[in-house]
Amino acid sequence: MTKEQREIQKERDLIEGRKKRSVSQWAAFTLLGIGSLFGFFFLAFILYWVISQGASAINWEFLTTAPRNLAREGGIAPMILGSVYMTGGALLVAMPFALGSAIWLSEYAWKGWWLRAIRVGVNTLAGVPSIVFGLVGLGLFVVALGFGVSLLSGMCTLAMLSLPILIRASEEALRAVPRSFREGALALGATRWYMIRTVVLPTAIPGILTGSVLGMARAIGETAPIMFTATAFMMTNPWPHSLFEKVGTLPYHLYGLIKISQHYNETRHIQYGTVFVLMVVVTLLNLTAIIWRSRVRRKKAW
Amino acid sequence: MADEGVRVHPELKIRKKNRNVDRYVFFVLALVSLVALGIILYFIFAQAAPFVGKLKIVPEELGTIQKWGENYAPTTFWDLFSSRWSPASYKHQFFGMIPMIVATALITFAAIGMAVPFGLSAAIFVGEVGPRWLKDIFKTVLELLAAVPSIVYGFFGLIVIAPWVRENFNVISGQNGFTAALILSIMALPTIASLAEDALHAVPNTYREASLALGATKWQTIWRTLIPSASSGIIGAAILGMGRAVGETMAVLLVAGNSAFLSWNLFDSIRPLTAGIALDMAESVHYSAHYHALFALGAMLLLIALTMNWLAEWFHVRLLRRQGVREG
Amino acid sequence: MVARTEPREPQTAKERDPQVDATRASVKRTFHGETIIDVWNLDFFYGKNQVLQDVSLGIPKDGVTAIMGPSGCGKSTLLRTLNRMYEVVPGAKATGRIVFEGEDLLKTDPVVLRHKIGMVFQRPNPFPKSIFDNVAYGPRIHGLRNRRKLAPIVEDALQRAALWDEVKDRLKDSAFSLSGGQQQRLCIARALAVSPKILLMDEPCSALDPKASDRIEHTARELAEELTVIIVTHNLQQAGRVSDSVAVLLAGGELAEFGPTKSVFEAPEDERVADYLQGRFG
Repeated sequence: MTKEQREIQKERDLIEGRKKRSVSQWAAFTLLGIGSLFGFFFLAFILYWVISQGASAINWEFLTTAPRNLAREGGIAPMILGSVYMTGGALLVAMPFALGSAIWLSEYAWKGWWLRAIRVGVNTLAGVPSIVFGLVGLGLFVVALGFGVSLLSGMCTLAMLSLPILIRASEEALRAVPRSFREGALALGATRWYMIRTVVLPTAIPGILTGSVLGMARAIGETAPIMFTATAFMMTNPWPHSLFEKVGTLPYHLYGLIKISQHYNETRHIQYGTVFVLMVVVTLLNLTAIIWRSRVRRKKAW
Repeated sequence: MADEGVRVHPELKIRKKNRNVDRYVFFVLALVSLVALGIILYFIFAQAAPFVGKLKIVPEELGTIQKWGENYAPTTFWDLFSSRWSPASYKHQFFGMIPMIVATALITFAAIGMAVPFGLSAAIFVGEVGPRWLKDIFKTVLELLAAVPSIVYGFFGLIVIAPWVRENFNVISGQNGFTAALILSIMALPTIASLAEDALHAVPNTYREASLALGATKWQTIWRTLIPSASSGIIGAAILGMGRAVGETMAVLLVAGNSAFLSWNLFDSIRPLTAGIALDMAESVHYSAHYHALFALGAMLLLIALTMNWLAEWFHVRLLRRQGVREG
Repeated sequence: MVARTEPREPQTAKERDPQVDATRASVKRTFHGETIIDVWNLDFFYGKNQVLQDVSLGIPKDGVTAIMGPSGCGKSTLLRTLNRMYEVVPGAKATGRIVFEGEDLLKTDPVVLRHKIGMVFQRPNPFPKSIFDNVAYGPRIHGLRNRRKLAPIVEDALQRAALWDEVKDRLKDSAFSLSGGQQQRLCIARALAVSPKILLMDEPCSALDPKASDRIEHTARELAEELTVIIVTHNLQQAGRVSDSVAVLLAGGELAEFGPTKSVFEAPEDERVADYLQGRFG
């Protein structure tokens, strides 16, 4: 082969190679696309399943009355209320500490051992399995502090569990406030706390609220931590009536219907209804938080 | 005018800086995380501690409340690692954690094995290949998936996945480790996909540009350059997903079958650590040996979960450090 | 009157260390008026990095003093030591003495200090509040809450900042509805509302268009009739237009020259300053 012929052959090989590479690239990308669809697919499927099976169980009676006849009939209203009280109470207990931690981490912390230790603490708490929180809640609130199996114990246990989420979200919201605001306030002779109170916090409130909503959404769906600290299935008085009494919540009611009740197959429509209500609440809360968050981000005038 | 000093409004009370009270108030509030963690560690290990010494119980007195140390039985720390868990048997209680540890391991590895390919593909596709608007939708979808309560996943697994597994895999019951692994892989998917996407996104653009400038196709760039660079982050994502799977209770409780016998077969009915704790807690008597054994399970679970957490963090730090070094 | 309560410090670099050459001795010049701030041997460090080296100067009372120099020479840092704003950065350290109203301001309460020495920043940074609330923020810190009493203070400050006419009908509007130049004048008004004796301006025009810049310069000159204005600028023409005296810092944080603007610009003593003014570097 002459030198020219060799050059031409090289060109041909390169083009061949390029074609092959684009074919394999196309194949790879298609595979990837299909693979990534799985996530969408499952979400869509689960939502569809919940709605189609559960919507039929929903009616006014279901949402406003208590379970009857060994939970085969009636509604889940006390459980809805129980969930609301438990979650709201948990948020009430956790928020002061979470916000305080976030403020310290974002505004006051000095570089050093304590800062690292607290960060490790928050991150580690985030990794503790929910049932371990249940065990600790049992040991601490139910037994050691003597609250007994009660709404209060459940609230406190859930509060511990929600701490990492609330701290992270609040800290993020605080850090999003531009530094220039802080400098402007300090240069006018404001003390640190005054500056935080009048400039940083008001600006960060939307983000903090979004974080609370997310925390609430997570707490509402939890079963394991409250299983032996707060809940009971088939109580004589299922309506939440005291801080020191047991309560029924949505997720635990579902668990009870499946595992505790002897009539697993007869209560199917109640199960679907419970799942429906739970999913509606959780999805709405999350969507609200997500939309709110993106609106706040876009609206920023600075 | 200049000599008098500038006009100061007579009612301005110029505030002086106080002692740093506010700083310390918030510091104390911030300590709550460490306090909570300390409480958790204390209770779990304190209540599991009896097993470190020789735990004494009387087999005949099962069912009555007993403080450990008052009676005798051949139960020691090493019994925790036997392969039989029968806390309620008459003559001799068995508190072996091994069946549950094995179950947890089987389910977790299977779940991650299934979740990582899909999660990684999704991360690559959305981050590098797909159109821009897909990314926001994707992140939202992942957030919503992650927000589904675990008991709903469990219910879904029980009603939909278990029968499907039973029919298609020729097993007696759909409630087995494999179904649990399937469900867990869906649950871990958002974590893995989201973190993998972050890891890929963190690879500097200069790498992509350099590779493309050399004539590599996009796919070759991804496969040979991006993924290796982001490997620390991707491994960290996988481990964090594992951590989530290990700690999951309600979903596996409903679908894994919960037989306490040791089995190495994923398609058998098995009981992971989390389900083990949840199931027995309702039946055990306060402060009995059974009670302490459950806390020992909890301690094991906590150790595993925290180790995963710490490992994932380590990989994440490696990723960050690599970025720093390479950029500088 | 600035009362000297302790024995005079060595006045010039030459007195402190006879080895220092004559160029540096000219750093301290006496003025016909009095000085309002005396900086003595200021060294500044960010961690291990020394940003200001042994800076000594006396800022004359009233009028505009400009601090100039090439990028990175430490002029903003010098400005920020005057109201202790550098403290927001961890690892920043200042040694030396800065005498203001008879006390070393490096050692006194920064919160009280900052109401006497106000600051306007490079980029306008109004709070996400209304125009009125922005200006009223300062007085409110010090306990003045009554709206009727705040209103005249706010109006006065806005007048002095040459912004009143443009906003008097929309005090309740958000501060962000103003243009960049207006926001900066709002920040000036905000600083003026607590009646400071000194106003520090850190390159206040760098984010603004020439017309807005012009108005700020004009305002600065007007304000200088009642209080002292210290302005950092990298714009030689601006310094020439606006200031009565000028300090030139060089790379590394060394104060090369300080004196009345006309003298420094026309006949600088330090050759490096002459180079800088010619535009040969910086």
